[in-house]
Amino acid sequence: MPDLLEVRGLHAAYGSSRVLHGIDFSLAAGRITAILGANGAGKTTTLRAICQTVTTQGSVLFAGAQLVGRATESVVRLGVAHVPDGRGTFAALTVDENLRLGGYVRHDRSGVAADIEQAYRRFPRLHERRRQPAGLLSGGEQQMLAISRALMLRPRLLLLDEPSFGLAPMIVTEIFRILRALNEDEGVSILLVEQNAKLALELADRAYLLETGRVALAGSSAEIRRDEAVRRAYLGY
Amino acid sequence: MNELLHQICSGLAAGCIYGSVALALVMIYQATHNLNFAQGEMATFSTFIAWALIHAGWPYWGAFAATVAVSFVGGLAIQRIVLRPVEKASVLANVIVFIGLAVIFNSLGGWIFDYEIKSFPSPFPQDAPYATRYFSAHELGTAGVMLAVLGALFAFFRYTPFGLAMRAAAQNPDSARLVGIRVGWMLAVGWGLAAAIGAVAGMMVAPSVFLDPNMMSGILLYAFAAALLGGIDNPFGAVLGGLIVGVLENLLGAYVVGTELKLTVALMFIVGTLTLKPNGLFGRAVVARV
Repeated sequence: MPDLLEVRGLHAAYGSSRVLHGIDFSLAAGRITAILGANGAGKTTTLRAICQTVTTQGSVLFAGAQLVGRATESVVRLGVAHVPDGRGTFAALTVDENLRLGGYVRHDRSGVAADIEQAYRRFPRLHERRRQPAGLLSGGEQQMLAISRALMLRPRLLLLDEPSFGLAPMIVTEIFRILRALNEDEGVSILLVEQNAKLALELADRAYLLETGRVALAGSSAEIRRDEAVRRAYLGY
Repeated sequence: MNELLHQICSGLAAGCIYGSVALALVMIYQATHNLNFAQGEMATFSTFIAWALIHAGWPYWGAFAATVAVSFVGGLAIQRIVLRPVEKASVLANVIVFIGLAVIFNSLGGWIFDYEIKSFPSPFPQDAPYATRYFSAHELGTAGVMLAVLGALFAFFRYTPFGLAMRAAAQNPDSARLVGIRVGWMLAVGWGLAAAIGAVAGMMVAPSVFLDPNMMSGILLYAFAAALLGGIDNPFGAVLGGLIVGVLENLLGAYVVGTELKLTVALMFIVGTLTLKPNGLFGRAVVARV
């Protein structure tokens, strides 16, 4: 299968502080790829670089289109949905309005309405709170809303930044179950950034390990899981 | 008693104008956290355009519609051309640009249309059947037009996808980009709307205060007072603040300080609000994590 996302020699910087030093990786269509690493390794920045919310150099090809140099909103319009670090919901707008905004660039009104219903079926808790401002939701509900809003785009590629962060284990299990279903049933490709390496490797087909802005290790999830150094440093056994 | 009621009613009519200009200020403030000091001069310039069109023989409402449209496009263009380059600059840089814009529009108005005070027609005939003891036809018409503008804006922001996108862009520009909203254009449309509201307010106030390049300077002060009193980040507060300022200004002017010192009332409101209740009556207290 051809690669949906192909990243070559990607550099990224915040002002004068450089975070990524030329990383290469790729993601096959319909697959889940995980990016692992410690704090400050550049995981979040990698996702930001794909969405062009940080200064980048190098090449990011998405389904053949060059993303480097594009405006963020035009990257999104190509079908890349990003669930950012901190979730990025519109706190003062209601759950319903947040979901409608997720489908802002689509023109099929009935499709958007159907997808909102689908999101409510997927996460009944959001339905109960549909008229409440997103800022009043709990952490888990906010994450559900952030993922649902991203899916409203009907993305070809979903970028997820630490979906397990700060959530109770039961909610994490639920969210990861839904991510797998999204990938298997609807063919959404996922690029997942996680600190919880065990969880990420269970979900992903392939993984890359970042260390201080460089790819230190790449391989299938099974290979990464077997790696002695990863086991000791990230899996804890 | 009749006199008092009349003062209250004309205060409400003026309050609709202050509230609308305050709303224009709040719209820009919410999106950029800047107060547009040029709002008044832009409105005056729009009113000059309407005056020129009416003098060229256009029917009143035709000139009215054309002025609103030109002002919308003008506001949009100002944001794109003048303000976009300083979007990321400091607040002070923006303030200087606003003051520059105010001076430019003031001088441009005087240069093109000269400084002589002009009368501006009211579209509401003096002997209209809806004129009452308390409201003159123009006051009632003004209130009607301004309330229609406010209603249309409310419906636009509340019920249309584009209005929702504008609210999202003002609240959280980063997330707005991530759902594909063109945030820069939303800002420009906000400026266009603010300029259009200002144009309507200018055309409605000109028949009573007469048209000259400094027509709106006092009104802008009242609008600032209204916006601050209502809470600078609350559109409803701004409109309500406008009504309160309009009525109190009229009453204090008539019974307490006299008409010459009316503007002091606005300053009193501004200083009073900032010292006693900095977030205004309906504003949210913003807590920042440091």
